[in-house]
Amino acid sequence: MDDLKKGMEVTEAKFKLTLCDGTACIHKHSKELLLAVESELDKHGLRQAVKINLSGCLGMCKDGPILIVNPGFVMYGGVRVEDVPEIVQSHLVDNKAVTRLIISPDYLYNRFFRVFGDVDFFGRQMRICLRNCGIIDPENIDDYLALRGYEALAKALEMMTPQEVVDEVKKSGLRGRGGAGFSTGLKWEFTAKQVSDRKYVICNADEGDPGAFMDRSAIEGDPHTVLEGMIIAGYAIGASKGVVYIRAEYPLAIKRLEKAIAAAREHNLLGSGILGSNFDFDIEIRLGAGAFVCGEETALIHSIEGSRGMPRPRPPYPSVSGLFGKPTLINNVETWANIPVILLDGADWFSSIGTETSKGTKVFALAGKVHNTGLVEVPMGTTLREIIYDIGGGIPKGKMFKAVQTGGPSGGCLPEQYLDTQIDYESLAKAGSIMGSGGMIVIDEDACMVSLARFFIEFTQDESCGKCTPCREGTKRMYDILTRITEGKGRPGDIELLERLGGMIKRASLCGLGQSAPNPVLSTIKNFREEYEEHIHAKTCRAGQCTAMLSFTVNEKCIGCGACKRVCPVAAVEGARREKHRILPDKCIRCGQCYEACKFDAITRA
Amino acid sequence: MTELAQDKMTTLREFMAEVAQREYSESYLIAVLHKAQELFGYLPREVMDVVAEGLEIPTAHIWGVATFYHYFNLEPIGRHVVSVCMGTACYVKGANRVLDALKRELAVEVGQTTDDRLFTLQEARCLGACGIAPVIMIDDKIYGELDSEKVIEIIRQHRRL
Repeated sequence: MDDLKKGMEVTEAKFKLTLCDGTACIHKHSKELLLAVESELDKHGLRQAVKINLSGCLGMCKDGPILIVNPGFVMYGGVRVEDVPEIVQSHLVDNKAVTRLIISPDYLYNRFFRVFGDVDFFGRQMRICLRNCGIIDPENIDDYLALRGYEALAKALEMMTPQEVVDEVKKSGLRGRGGAGFSTGLKWEFTAKQVSDRKYVICNADEGDPGAFMDRSAIEGDPHTVLEGMIIAGYAIGASKGVVYIRAEYPLAIKRLEKAIAAAREHNLLGSGILGSNFDFDIEIRLGAGAFVCGEETALIHSIEGSRGMPRPRPPYPSVSGLFGKPTLINNVETWANIPVILLDGADWFSSIGTETSKGTKVFALAGKVHNTGLVEVPMGTTLREIIYDIGGGIPKGKMFKAVQTGGPSGGCLPEQYLDTQIDYESLAKAGSIMGSGGMIVIDEDACMVSLARFFIEFTQDESCGKCTPCREGTKRMYDILTRITEGKGRPGDIELLERLGGMIKRASLCGLGQSAPNPVLSTIKNFREEYEEHIHAKTCRAGQCTAMLSFTVNEKCIGCGACKRVCPVAAVEGARREKHRILPDKCIRCGQCYEACKFDAITRA
Repeated sequence: MTELAQDKMTTLREFMAEVAQREYSESYLIAVLHKAQELFGYLPREVMDVVAEGLEIPTAHIWGVATFYHYFNLEPIGRHVVSVCMGTACYVKGANRVLDALKRELAVEVGQTTDDRLFTLQEARCLGACGIAPVIMIDDKIYGELDSEKVIEIIRQHRRL
């Protein structure tokens, strides 16, 4: 380990700038910003005195692009290219921060930095899995090594037997972060016990839930953590080969993983005789090709083997017969990222965090109608209310909270009365949703719950692999029924039919996809039954989203500006300039564009 | 076959020859299809036959795999691929309106290519940029915080490119 650190570059720069290189900041021109900063530094001859780092997603997408100046952790948000000369002159030359650009981090961010500023944890966020994201340059292995990277691996190889590693993981109480929450230690133990000439370790990075992006950000921000976890597992269960199965839709994450694997090989952290031991291990990347069902472990294995990604019955579990028929250990990205921490800081410390049944932290991708969208890592046991209001900053535009959707298309929608639920695997299941992989979408009063249920069923219906009839046909029928309800053609008895069908699909499907596909429908029926009833009996949609039930008319506030006429795609608006306009009901397709375009509230939606 | 297409075939054959050396070489089928799509933009039938020969796998099996995964195109695509994210966060923030605007502007349905072969309109699952929803991706670039007007402006900019 010491040899490894000898080669590290030591920075003697006076200032260290960190520029967020996440997708959202790139969208907000962080690349152009980087060029501007570099040329401005050249102008002042400061190139040597300032080190520039690119970081993975800081999770502060709303205020991007983000530029952090160290020492002092001064954080600038919404920085434009024009602001660069002022920042360089004032902050780096005259040592005065540019106050107008400093963002006052009220929620997510200040906790994030207190965590890292003091190397301690405060507030409601706690970053274990994402501990390095935003702090290190993900494309530079030295940055990872400097923060005790690969020390856990060295400790395992030098001071622990494989059995001791398995025991430590078991003792930590860590459970799979991919959705089902099976004990990670037990999984390791089962695979370790198998006798075979060859075993495999797989990282499931086929993050498919719509609305979830924590695995992508974790890999983009700190790829080595995942690799280190996998190598440790290889040692613990006696495997010599690892595979990362990652979505082809994540090109940046793939690139950073490739770089990280190459760097790890150079440093003898992968390959033969790792760190002078007699342990050999190597990792390769396999790309997915856009099939949600491949997140299921047996489907994923079929996909790596080059076939259609369809699940098969278990047992045998992959720990007995997995990839190419060999014992295989599969864990999710976030699970892997916890492993080095557990070995370094100890299972006792790790299991002191969280609730009785769920230990450690969970990363959530907070999105939808909430002020601060981004990644949030909180200890298990934090309440939904704390995440949405204290960390997320509540609902924008003074709208009312309606529901929070967790667990993606396998999860459910929880209304207000569940906001004080403490998050862990069991309590979320009891409330009628699931932990899932960590998507958390906040929904406000503008959303129609029937349409939302239809949206999820449309997704699972499309992604069903077709193997089991109840899932393939049943979700299609549920989709048809929900479609007719949203079109104002719902029939009495439809709700009961959906419930019966949903129960049947859950019981009769082989894999998790089918078993959980009806959840969004069943949970919205359970919690928002009155909305279904309104759609079916009164033919109204209180959110105004089911446009087939709407009519648009122009009222007396109209000043004849013509804004509605210009946006109407079917020329259904008529009227002379400065005179009251009229919408032709026969032509109108109820797209609602006129309603949005009108600045005078002159269009009535009923 | 044009000279260019032949060059691409050669590249593909070389890639397969390299893969064939590896253990469990048939398991690299999806990787080979990714390579083929990267070269040709889609997976024409004749390319699948070449892959079948190269990896010694029946074309029927390859067809089965290629049709199973959303990522593979079986029809030629336009110069720009416009993917509208239909993930939950984008959905909640009005992805439907963005999609409708695109359909009208391009005069195509999802999965189709415009007559001038400039744009192919697709729905994407989740692009993982939920923080700036609703988003679309044109080729490899993400555009976020969109509405129906902004998205039309972006398409018009691409037309002028």
